Amino acid sequence: MSDHDYTPKSKVGKWFNDRLPLLTLANHLTDYPTPKNLNYWWTFGGILTFCLITQIITGIILGMHYVAHADLAFQSVEHIMRDVNYGWLIRYVHANGASMFFLAVYIHIFRSLYYGSYKSPREVIWIIGMLIYFLMMATAFMGYVLPWGQMSFWGATVITNLFSAIPLVGDSITTWLWGGYSVDNPTLTRFFSLHYLFPFLILGLVILHIWALHVPGNNNPIGIDIKKPSKDTVPFHPYIVIKDLFALLIFLIIFAFFVFFSPNILGHADNYIEANPLVTPAHIVPEWYLLPFYAILRSVPDKLLGVIAMFAAIFVLVILPWLDTSKVRSTVFRPIYKQFYWFLVADVLILGYVGAMPAEGLYLLIARVATAYYFAHFLIILPFLGMKEKTTPLPLSITEPVLGGSADMAMAKNNSDYKEKL
Amino acid sequence: MKNFFKLITYITLISSLFFSNVNAAGEKQELLKVDWSFKSFFGKFDRASLQRGYQVYSEVCASCHSLKHLSYRNLAEKGGPEFTELEAKAIASNFEVTDGPNSDGEMFERPAKLSDKFVMPYANVQEAIAANGGAYPPDMSVLVKARGGGANYIYSVLMGYEDPPAGMELDDGVYYNKYMYGNKIKMASPLDDDIVEYADGTKATVDQMAKDVTTFLQWTAEPHLETRHKMGFRVIIYLTVLTILVYFSMKKIWSRIETKV
Repeated sequence: MSDHDYTPKSKVGKWFNDRLPLLTLANHLTDYPTPKNLNYWWTFGGILTFCLITQIITGIILGMHYVAHADLAFQSVEHIMRDVNYGWLIRYVHANGASMFFLAVYIHIFRSLYYGSYKSPREVIWIIGMLIYFLMMATAFMGYVLPWGQMSFWGATVITNLFSAIPLVGDSITTWLWGGYSVDNPTLTRFFSLHYLFPFLILGLVILHIWALHVPGNNNPIGIDIKKPSKDTVPFHPYIVIKDLFALLIFLIIFAFFVFFSPNILGHADNYIEANPLVTPAHIVPEWYLLPFYAILRSVPDKLLGVIAMFAAIFVLVILPWLDTSKVRSTVFRPIYKQFYWFLVADVLILGYVGAMPAEGLYLLIARVATAYYFAHFLIILPFLGMKEKTTPLPLSITEPVLGGSADMAMAKNNSDYKEKL
Repeated sequence: MKNFFKLITYITLISSLFFSNVNAAGEKQELLKVDWSFKSFFGKFDRASLQRGYQVYSEVCASCHSLKHLSYRNLAEKGGPEFTELEAKAIASNFEVTDGPNSDGEMFERPAKLSDKFVMPYANVQEAIAANGGAYPPDMSVLVKARGGGANYIYSVLMGYEDPPAGMELDDGVYYNKYMYGNKIKMASPLDDDIVEYADGTKATVDQMAKDVTTFLQWTAEPHLETRHKMGFRVIIYLTVLTILVYFSMKKIWSRIETKV
């Protein structure tokens, strides 16, 4: 990269930049050579950054009016909804923003799975991403507890009770998490404190995520290494900026439909009932974005093993770069993996669906099969497939297939020149 | 661009399938459906219905059910029943609240003002339970949002009192309701024809009162619904226009190179 050559034009700029190279950084970000064939699945990185900033800003404002106390929390949320100027708007943006954030992060993760973005040399980007995802789940879970409705209370009870499955020290750990002998005021106040803290940890990790991305540069839909800068790349600004902005606006229109026209459809009605430790809801379900993991947890008959399976489901993702043995990144050139990829997508959707259903009868059976398949995909299929699969030939550069659109892609595959070079 | 539409279709398809299924969980009895004026993009409250609904609430429901998150001033606010300030003041003054301590350190009773919260029918939850045969009459402030099915559910329960099916034994003080969870409810059918006399001359049938009070409860749960709809419409128009402008800017910028976007 040519970052080192950059010198600001103005004298003041040069003086400042010699002391703190912020302008060099800005220059790097605008000139950053990006593959020109990135499709719209690549716009979700920018969308996610927007989501994080939105959650932080709306969250800070909500924090000014919210009261973290078991007797007052529910009432303070109603105060926000009724009496704070545009409080209803800020809270609905925050609550639906969490769902939109997860929608975007799942698309982002599955994009990475499809195009092999987690593979060498991008393993660290992937692992940081998984840390972000894990922190997002923790943050969202604690945020859902704060309104202190029935689902808040009982969701918190179920999830914190998971830790009691740990042998010997489980009960002590649970008591320590609660700050007492059940979910109560001390639990609420610490969840509020951590819910405020975690987004800033996520923000720090996002900066590392982007930094780590800018070392090797973006992967791209055909997954080959490209020279940077070259005719295969475009500068980040204005090409990618305007494209990301366009995609963000479409995303915002969908977001706005939720906020303004069905703001409560993604939440559970029971959370508008004030928390009552004496009344257990008929079905305790987490927010939709946690349902696949909830299904895995419940599909194992033993409590401890269920908890282990749930955490293992995230851990297999962390070590994914070493489980997938294929050297070819993009699924475009992996005909067999492509089918397994869509099986996995279906499997996760099925897990999400049964996670919302009672854990009994047919649902339980489906959950068990789907859980087994989830782990089989990562632990058996991926390692073996990578060694056995016959991939189709890769093109040499982006420019060839890109210029003529998809017709050229087929030609590139058949072009004997490419085959020879491989 | 073709890819882009494909992407949007996928997202909508998958998410709609997913959400519709998740939300369908646990619903059994098909609820009665009413064509509420507050549904849809431009949905607004029927002002007269809100005022009648308040009358039903205050004359029928209020003896057991609280509305603790509302203040009397809300009755005169825009987007609600829009009673005049004088009317709202008159309503408030019918209730006694405890205030104080005064300069002698004594608590005292005074008529409620616009700024006071709705006076609750019982001093505390225990008293409410004791007075209602062991069942707590829930606070109604956000009741519509606290039940899956929302306004249709509340309306259905009010309309759902029937004789129990043959062979079903009901304890004393337990009533059969077609739409209630488990079909048993501890509240006797609260509405009868003409138990209230509407000031505007509308005939007070059970159906009319059920609709009016449900409309009123939708407002208590979502007092800013009208503003939300109005703002939402503007926001989406604005975003759509901006998206179109950005789309053409994008086309223009990308036309500098030989790659389609």
